Amino acid sequence: MNSLNLAWIPLPGAIPARQATLEAAQLQPVCRKVADDGGRLLALWGSDEGAGSFALHVTLVNQDGLLCLHLLLAQESPVYPDISQIFPCACRMQRTVYDMLGVAAAGSADQRPWLRHAAWPVDSFPLRKDFDAAMSQEADDYPFVQVEGQGVHEIPVGPVHAGIIEPGHFRFSIIGERVLRLEERLGYVHKGIEKRFENNSLLFCAKLAGRVSGDSTTAYAWAYAMAAENMACVTPPERALWLRALFLERERIANHLGDLGYLANDVAFSFGMSQFWILKEQLLRNNAALFGHRYLMDKIIPGGVAVDLPDADTLLAECDLLEHEVRLLRSILEEHAGVQDRYIGAGTVEPKLASQLGLCGLAGRASSQAWDARVQFPCVPYQTLEVRMATHHNGDVAARVIVRFEELFESIRLQREILAGLPAGDLLEALTDLPGNGFALGMVEGWRGEVMVAMHTDAAGNISRVHPHDPSWQNWPLLEHAILGNIVPDFPLINKSFNLSYSGHDL
Amino acid sequence: MYQILKQIIKTGIKTEPAPLADETMRAGEQRLQQQILAVLGRSLAIRLVDAGSCNGCELEIHAVNNAYYNLEGLGIKFVASPRHADLLLVTGTVSRHMEVALQRTLAAIPEPRLVVALGDCACNGGVFGESYASCGKVSNVIPVDVVVSGCPPAPLAIMQGILTAISAKK
Repeated sequence: MNSLNLAWIPLPGAIPARQATLEAAQLQPVCRKVADDGGRLLALWGSDEGAGSFALHVTLVNQDGLLCLHLLLAQESPVYPDISQIFPCACRMQRTVYDMLGVAAAGSADQRPWLRHAAWPVDSFPLRKDFDAAMSQEADDYPFVQVEGQGVHEIPVGPVHAGIIEPGHFRFSIIGERVLRLEERLGYVHKGIEKRFENNSLLFCAKLAGRVSGDSTTAYAWAYAMAAENMACVTPPERALWLRALFLERERIANHLGDLGYLANDVAFSFGMSQFWILKEQLLRNNAALFGHRYLMDKIIPGGVAVDLPDADTLLAECDLLEHEVRLLRSILEEHAGVQDRYIGAGTVEPKLASQLGLCGLAGRASSQAWDARVQFPCVPYQTLEVRMATHHNGDVAARVIVRFEELFESIRLQREILAGLPAGDLLEALTDLPGNGFALGMVEGWRGEVMVAMHTDAAGNISRVHPHDPSWQNWPLLEHAILGNIVPDFPLINKSFNLSYSGHDL
Repeated sequence: MYQILKQIIKTGIKTEPAPLADETMRAGEQRLQQQILAVLGRSLAIRLVDAGSCNGCELEIHAVNNAYYNLEGLGIKFVASPRHADLLLVTGTVSRHMEVALQRTLAAIPEPRLVVALGDCACNGGVFGESYASCGKVSNVIPVDVVVSGCPPAPLAIMQGILTAISAKK
């Protein structure tokens, strides 16, 4: 990286991370170099620096750690170089930076709005400090890409979907039963989370972070707490970190169980649905009995955790039960010709495409993208647990099911290791104040992929900007590719095999 | 097939008794009339709209359909179209981008109909509150019959809320 002639400053924290402030002309060469060396774009966001100036922040990740680039934009023309040619997943992030902050990527091909529909006017930007919340309801007409040709027709789906799912719009262009093109339109559950973080208390923001995407509440709460702790140079007690890992692995087990149930249900194998959901319910009940919340919301707080483990026996018994039952269910699913016929070859994302477009997390690992923050950047307690990464090369629904099963068994193993090695000690290290003009990152491998939280403070140490980043940002565009050539009735199955977050994306 | 049947027999019946209706969940003056009960009988069709939730409430709505709670066993089922629905279940603070979709979904449900606001965000705006992007609680946008608090409400509370909505006011 030194060849890039940037003045890197190390960022505090357990995950290796560096930051540098650069000139606009350096952004593309730095991104190109990182991409050529196998690195990826993790997140891209902007901030209002006051007095009419803005900054762009880009976090890249390579095998050495996180690289955070800050670009101060000229006041007279707040634009920055487009990096979506280098990292295609930057496209929607750049469109969002414009919607929220009015700062554009110069020369990018797609300048359509992304998160802004009609709730605020085109010349008004919510994340500017002088944003006036006076609202004007504009007409909402989004220019979808039209597919033309004989026999092509469109199926618009959503925002309200047929099942118990979050809202979003899918525009299918099809010939007969085959999907020629899918275009997503998201942003329906945009509820102003990033604005809500501004100037709120450390504890309120912790609560808010835990509700960016409910199914990943512990991952977000941990990433948020990690950012705050890194900024304040506070290390939580060892026991608290081990308990956080316990909560995170329980969240992974719960979500994988639920998804495996729905993936069985979506191929009309309702036996699988009821069996996996019985197991999930037992886990949730143990969460409620031991920790006071079925999804462990608000149990990870800045400085440590809010609850201790009363006894390990319940969880050890649960591990035995889960391992036995899931093994049995896996053999039933794998031997069921009807189920496998639907899983194998459906919604394929080839490893090459996955790498080009930056597919990450669980879906990435099912397409040979061997990234898992618990493995590459292990912090306490993962460096002693030695997580075994699950990967597959087929990139289809079947591969994403296999990766889920393998991660489930690995998380059960990790849970046993955590229960055996849980150190004694306190649960909380005091963390009440943040330093002024601070910047810090937190990153956690949630069940869906890397969850990152970036935090900025103003001169007085108040939270001025929090940017939560969901792995769904990287993976939503790949769903558009995964469906190509498949038939419309397989869409629910393929969609479920990714199971991406709308709320975590729409913010 | 043998393994599947063996597992089904081994699992047995997990379903637990349903909770009773809870009068404290009723929101102010109820629009429900005795005749709705007569119309609905014991079968109720629910249409869910996530109007801006964090998806936590959806996790618990999925759970009420698992074998332990077995909502469908009580004759209450989730349907794909608002045209088939008797009750609209709404989660989340209502995002301004979902405001129109929520109103249209309600309008598509034939009368008589019921509305249940589910979760703290739907009841009072929750952590997201009212903002440039959020209308806040559901009753700011459409009339609500029953509110179920909780973040997210546990499956039994969800069932109680639904049962309260369809039982006549005492």
